[in-house]
Amino acid sequence: MAVTAPLSKIKTAAPARPRPKPGANLAFWAFVAPSLIGLIVFTLVPIGWGFLLSLSHAQNTIHPGHYVGLRNYTDMLTDEAFLRSLVTMVLYSLFIVPLTWGMSLGLALLVDKAGWGKSFWRTVFFIPSAVSYVVASLIWRISLFNGLSFGFANHLLAPFGIHPIAWVGTVDPPWYWLVLVTVRLWLQVGFYMIIFIAGLQEIPKSLYEAAAVDGAAPGWQTLRYITLPQLRNTSFSVLMLNLIAAFQAFDEFYNILGGGGQSAGNASLARPPLVYLYSTALGDQDFGRGAAGAFILTALICAVTLIPGKLFGLGRADK
Amino acid sequence: MKTRSQNFWSNAPRYVVLTALAVLFVLPFYLIVRNALMTDAQITAPGWIWLPPSPHWENFRALFDDHDNQMRTGLINSAVIAVVTLVFQTLFSSMAGYALARIPARGSGFVFGLVLATLMIPGAVTFVPAFAVMAYLGGVNTQWGVIAPGLFSAFSIFLFRQFYLRFPAEIEEAGRLDGLGYFGVYWHLLLPNSTSIMTALGVLTFIGSWNSFLWPLVIGQDPSSWTVQVVLSTFLTAQTMHLAQLFAAVAVAVLPLIVVFLVMQRSIVEGATFSGGKE
Repeated sequence: MAVTAPLSKIKTAAPARPRPKPGANLAFWAFVAPSLIGLIVFTLVPIGWGFLLSLSHAQNTIHPGHYVGLRNYTDMLTDEAFLRSLVTMVLYSLFIVPLTWGMSLGLALLVDKAGWGKSFWRTVFFIPSAVSYVVASLIWRISLFNGLSFGFANHLLAPFGIHPIAWVGTVDPPWYWLVLVTVRLWLQVGFYMIIFIAGLQEIPKSLYEAAAVDGAAPGWQTLRYITLPQLRNTSFSVLMLNLIAAFQAFDEFYNILGGGGQSAGNASLARPPLVYLYSTALGDQDFGRGAAGAFILTALICAVTLIPGKLFGLGRADK
Repeated sequence: MKTRSQNFWSNAPRYVVLTALAVLFVLPFYLIVRNALMTDAQITAPGWIWLPPSPHWENFRALFDDHDNQMRTGLINSAVIAVVTLVFQTLFSSMAGYALARIPARGSGFVFGLVLATLMIPGAVTFVPAFAVMAYLGGVNTQWGVIAPGLFSAFSIFLFRQFYLRFPAEIEEAGRLDGLGYFGVYWHLLLPNSTSIMTALGVLTFIGSWNSFLWPLVIGQDPSSWTVQVVLSTFLTAQTMHLAQLFAAVAVAVLPLIVVFLVMQRSIVEGATFSGGKE
């Protein structure tokens, strides 16, 4: 570079984007190649393939080709079992999402202010999130909520003169929702608690000091007017992550109410969409209808996750 | 000023509630250990036996000696799958994240748009067409068929890009002056300085891989390719399984993760908050 360069050419601040050096293009594509190829082969191609499948009569075959227009979609949308699975999903979400939000926030508030043994409490509530849904389903079904008298819950209820409750062990079982909701709560509440604790630690202390000066009573008032509004973004992402997870529930339903691919029995009591799609695509080998159902479900998830953000302008980090 | 003891007593209700909740949260772990160390007769006894009178370690031996179950195969499969997924997903995602954050090139915007588009698609929902593609590629009943889709994560790429965007430019510039190219900067400067995020996301990846169920269930239709989770799931419908043995199996499947969790807890908390939408 010449020493007599005009002033305008001399950069004082660091450039926002470094200028491309020789070989930038080659380096870029070399670095993104593995991920790019992988995402194309295992996400984009399946979506395209699935779209063609959903327009085909594909019974016992994974190849699209026998096109039948939108018949698979109309079939699925008039299929009572599939509609019931969507209702199951919505009802389940209405229970699990607010409960998880409330419990994880409550735990976060309890643990965050615990002066003594804070990391101990945090660990105790967080550890279950390392356990798999299959393992938790086994414990819940075979030990905790075993329908016979040696199940732990029945053992605790026995002194109150309550006869062993069958839970999930009979035809038309009572209280099976309690089993399904508590298992997921145990598994995921600790994870969301961690996210809330991180959110709590971001709230400036000065806000609480100002509130104290203004005479706000510690406890409910500061929670209502400072903590909750400050946690708005965290709450929103916890609710969304939770909702997306609830819409894709599979493991505990499959393992607690049946399993082994049986479509009869208790599995049909509460069958979320993924369990139904599993039995349609891999049980009945009807890939056309399975793919159509998958697209309907994807559309629902996208709608539910995008609309609140658009309506309330939430979820965007405004930090 | 309050004294320490006053502080403790005014906080007493909090500790009572915390203790009660902690007991509830630990209960399932207690049930695993208790059942895994008792005999079937003790488990099904009419009165509740709180602690195993004498621990029956032989349940674990019986579990691995019993050739009717696939526990050994399942453990090996799960370990291989989780380690390979951890190593390569971290490597591929950090490479792509670096390129998107740091290499100005034509097509960068396009690739990032593609990553964001894939991010929007809920993973579990695509399992039907993904199975069709995998069947076409010949990946059903193979280990690579279970592994392959998990090696590429739009979410990890996104997080790595966020991380590398905040990486101080001066370090990179200094490296350039020393004559490092794009590859050299990545290898000598960025990788050594991103061990914290790699560990944080890596542990979460490992746990997620070890615990995943739907995809291994769909791909592994033959017992030789079952993972631990699929094997455990088959126990629920097996007729010949002993209760004590079943809980020994559960203990074996959970224990490695509990150890990983306790050792790496700081990283896991970091990873959870980083990927929990706070950033």
